[in-house]
Amino acid sequence: MARAPDVRSTAGKRLPVREHVALLIIGAGPAGLGAALEAARQGVHTVLIDEHPVEQGLIGLDIPFHFGGRMAGRSASAMERLVEADPRLAEAFEAGVDVRLGVAAWGLFSPRDGQRWVRERVAGLSDGQDAWFMSFDAAIIATGRRDFGLSFPGWDLPGVMGVTAADAALRRYDAFSGRDLVILGSGIEATGFAQATLAAGCRVAALIEAADAPLDAEGCAALGARGIPVLTGAMVARAEGGVDGVARVRCVKLSGEAAPAEFACDTVVLAAGAVPVVELLDVAGAAIVFDAARGGHVPLIDAHGRTSVPMLFAAGDCAGITPEKTMDPEAAAAEGARAAIAAASANPEAWPSLAEPTTVGADPGMLENRLRWAAAAMAVAEADTPVCQCEEVSLADLLGVRPPRYLNRDQPTMRARNVTTLGGDGALNQDQIKRLTRAGMGACQGRRCREQIGALLAGATGTALAAIPLPSYRAPVRPLPLSVFAAADEDPALSENWFGWFGIDGQWTPFWELAESKDAEGMP
Amino acid sequence: MNPPAIPPARAKGASVIVVGGGVTGLSAAWWLARAGADVLVIEKGIVGWEASGRNGGGATHHQSPLFAEEQRLWPQMDELLGYPTEYQPKRVRVALDERQMEELQVGVNNTRGQGFAVEWLDARQVRELVPLAGDNAVGGAYFACGGHANPQRTVQAYAWALQDLGGRILQHTEVLGFTRLADKVTAVQTTAGAFACDQLVVVAGPQTGILSALLGTEVPVTPARAEMIVTEPLPLMPIGGVDGNYLYGRQTLRGNLAYGGGPHEWLPVGRGSEATRPSSPMARNIAKRLAELFPKARHVRVIRSWAGIIENTPDGRPVIDRLPSAGNAVVATMSSVGFGLSPASGRAISQIVLDGRCGFADLSSFRLSRFGNLAPNWREVLGWVPPETETDHAGAA
Repeated sequence: MARAPDVRSTAGKRLPVREHVALLIIGAGPAGLGAALEAARQGVHTVLIDEHPVEQGLIGLDIPFHFGGRMAGRSASAMERLVEADPRLAEAFEAGVDVRLGVAAWGLFSPRDGQRWVRERVAGLSDGQDAWFMSFDAAIIATGRRDFGLSFPGWDLPGVMGVTAADAALRRYDAFSGRDLVILGSGIEATGFAQATLAAGCRVAALIEAADAPLDAEGCAALGARGIPVLTGAMVARAEGGVDGVARVRCVKLSGEAAPAEFACDTVVLAAGAVPVVELLDVAGAAIVFDAARGGHVPLIDAHGRTSVPMLFAAGDCAGITPEKTMDPEAAAAEGARAAIAAASANPEAWPSLAEPTTVGADPGMLENRLRWAAAAMAVAEADTPVCQCEEVSLADLLGVRPPRYLNRDQPTMRARNVTTLGGDGALNQDQIKRLTRAGMGACQGRRCREQIGALLAGATGTALAAIPLPSYRAPVRPLPLSVFAAADEDPALSENWFGWFGIDGQWTPFWELAESKDAEGMP
Repeated sequence: MNPPAIPPARAKGASVIVVGGGVTGLSAAWWLARAGADVLVIEKGIVGWEASGRNGGGATHHQSPLFAEEQRLWPQMDELLGYPTEYQPKRVRVALDERQMEELQVGVNNTRGQGFAVEWLDARQVRELVPLAGDNAVGGAYFACGGHANPQRTVQAYAWALQDLGGRILQHTEVLGFTRLADKVTAVQTTAGAFACDQLVVVAGPQTGILSALLGTEVPVTPARAEMIVTEPLPLMPIGGVDGNYLYGRQTLRGNLAYGGGPHEWLPVGRGSEATRPSSPMARNIAKRLAELFPKARHVRVIRSWAGIIENTPDGRPVIDRLPSAGNAVVATMSSVGFGLSPASGRAISQIVLDGRCGFADLSSFRLSRFGNLAPNWREVLGWVPPETETDHAGAA
């Protein structure tokens, strides 16, 4: 007869859930707000969370964006500034949405094999002081975008930052501390930010573009009319400066012709590409596909934003970055609203199985851009230029699949190994290379280097970017102190049955006490 | 004169085929290659990708007949393999209350009983040896033996060292079945075709059960998921191999705290379930115990968690044995405790393949025959079943 389930297993263990909501919306950008306002119209009980304002310690770690030391800290008035920056936040609040700023989602869980003990759909939340679980009927993930990092000598100096970070610092926090800028990139993100920063009284020394022609020709022409040069076929060869960060950059023509150009600046803004933020979707087990037309790795979704996980929707940039959404926040808001309408009547029992991805259109140049910037990064890299700043992994370390510097890595055997020999043993896998080199394993959780490493590996080995599997994301997708992350409320059944390992009777009985070849004691 | 035509399967085969590129299989293959055997490892994914590369990295298994060999080999492994494993000697076990202190006794006795030195520590000595420990530590034990290594680096080191000796590894290749002649296995059928062999080793983690069943004798194992967390780096403690408070793990050489423990989740048995290894909210309960173990690290940020799938036999102890139903096949499972013992387990397997017996340890407690009278529903009897879901109830109704 069957005994009760193994008490040392997860069976029967309860997950303490602090609160429940019908609809949880993660991210209060255009898509999240569009979803929240529509959900309010539908009369759905909605919580809208956003990680901003982010605490100072995380800003220093370049989380969630590559702030590069050019955002003044979270001030007492940061919350008010954010609300002022986007009137729709107040609108959502007035419409009855439970808006919570400064609350991040670090995990997203639902019952599935391997974690069947999680009986509900829950999000792990934190306000930086505390962590807890909220269950929900449906969730809309609207986590937006971050920047494609790009390495060059000196990119680890303060003052080198991503355009999404710079834009948040300027327009949302009103705390952008850059004055004299060089911008990498010539697409609409680059030209749009250049105009915004000029309006704020900053100086833009130049735009640097690896391609032979500006990507946003119109925007670049407008900047040219204001005397701002756009260097094409070029790359930053080196950023130099001191303790305060960048003081000047030297740029080179990738063709090798012409003398290097030098620009004085205190900030280098990376606008070389944008990345959909799919961390939570991957953690939740949603199918992720590579779609260049949507900006890289994105969730498999249908027209309503349904993902492959029942009751989980994606909207806005995290569901795919397109020129349309970048140009017009209303496009993202409409996506959010569509997801909210679908969520209001969604039924987990009748969740559609999603077909293979239908791409939204042609690649607007994403693949070509990433590989071109990766080639430019390889062209200017010096021996000690870190690709991964947290773990100080250089390009040579990455491509040589070299162990970290604190290990003996100079044996001839080790030197004979590299990314090409590894690729010869089987398909390239970025997680495998991460484990060997530590590239992407650091405290910024790979935010600055992950996509760059993918592009460098693809470029160096001639592998299609889409053929390199998505390196996995893991909870917590936000670094949280042990004291905050630690479960304060724990099921007593779990406390009483916590065991270091499996707790199988006799597993640690020394071998000399075991009688030879008799039936194992106590076996069924 | 033309040489006789070699049958295609033979051309692709090897003297010994090892099914499973986990840490035990890779070590066995490497020891076999060291002994001059022509070896081919067939791995369904990437080498060491499952539990072999996802564990705590500990190497202090005093219960095992392979313990002495584990201790003898680890300090030599970097040199023998030619690649770094990050092996670090020594282990400190910390107790936070009298009960935990008492529970250390068994390990201390077992270790001393095999001639290795262990010292009891009082609370002050623990705090001296373990800078991150706090006032809540009541005592502990210091093992001059044991230690830890980096699992991911070590599995790759075995794989590369095997290749350096002429061994071959076929990744992303799944075993579909076996070709037999009388009681011998003559070839392994895979998604990449057939591979002939003179001898076969099946050491395929959770799949060992299904694959051995195809050979006529099922090794009873069932898979479960377990998880770990890791923090951002901290300054190095003098000894990284510190555990306690019902957690296992280590401080890595980079300085991260990597720890696991607590309830495992049994998985449905069958192909495919092993691919499901989500990290679950249990990460927070691990964090709670880690903050208790190291109060001075409470401010340190958790940056990742992960899970692995591990198989166990009904008594939680290894099987390393010849299959009664296939005379040239050896099966092995380390029953959830494989990484640290791998230098020794691989050597034992290679000796059983080449010499018919292990010459350095008494492996009679690893015999498969101990499960001869096992009830077919042993998993249900032990309660080693996945948590019930509402769907299960709906199905039953």
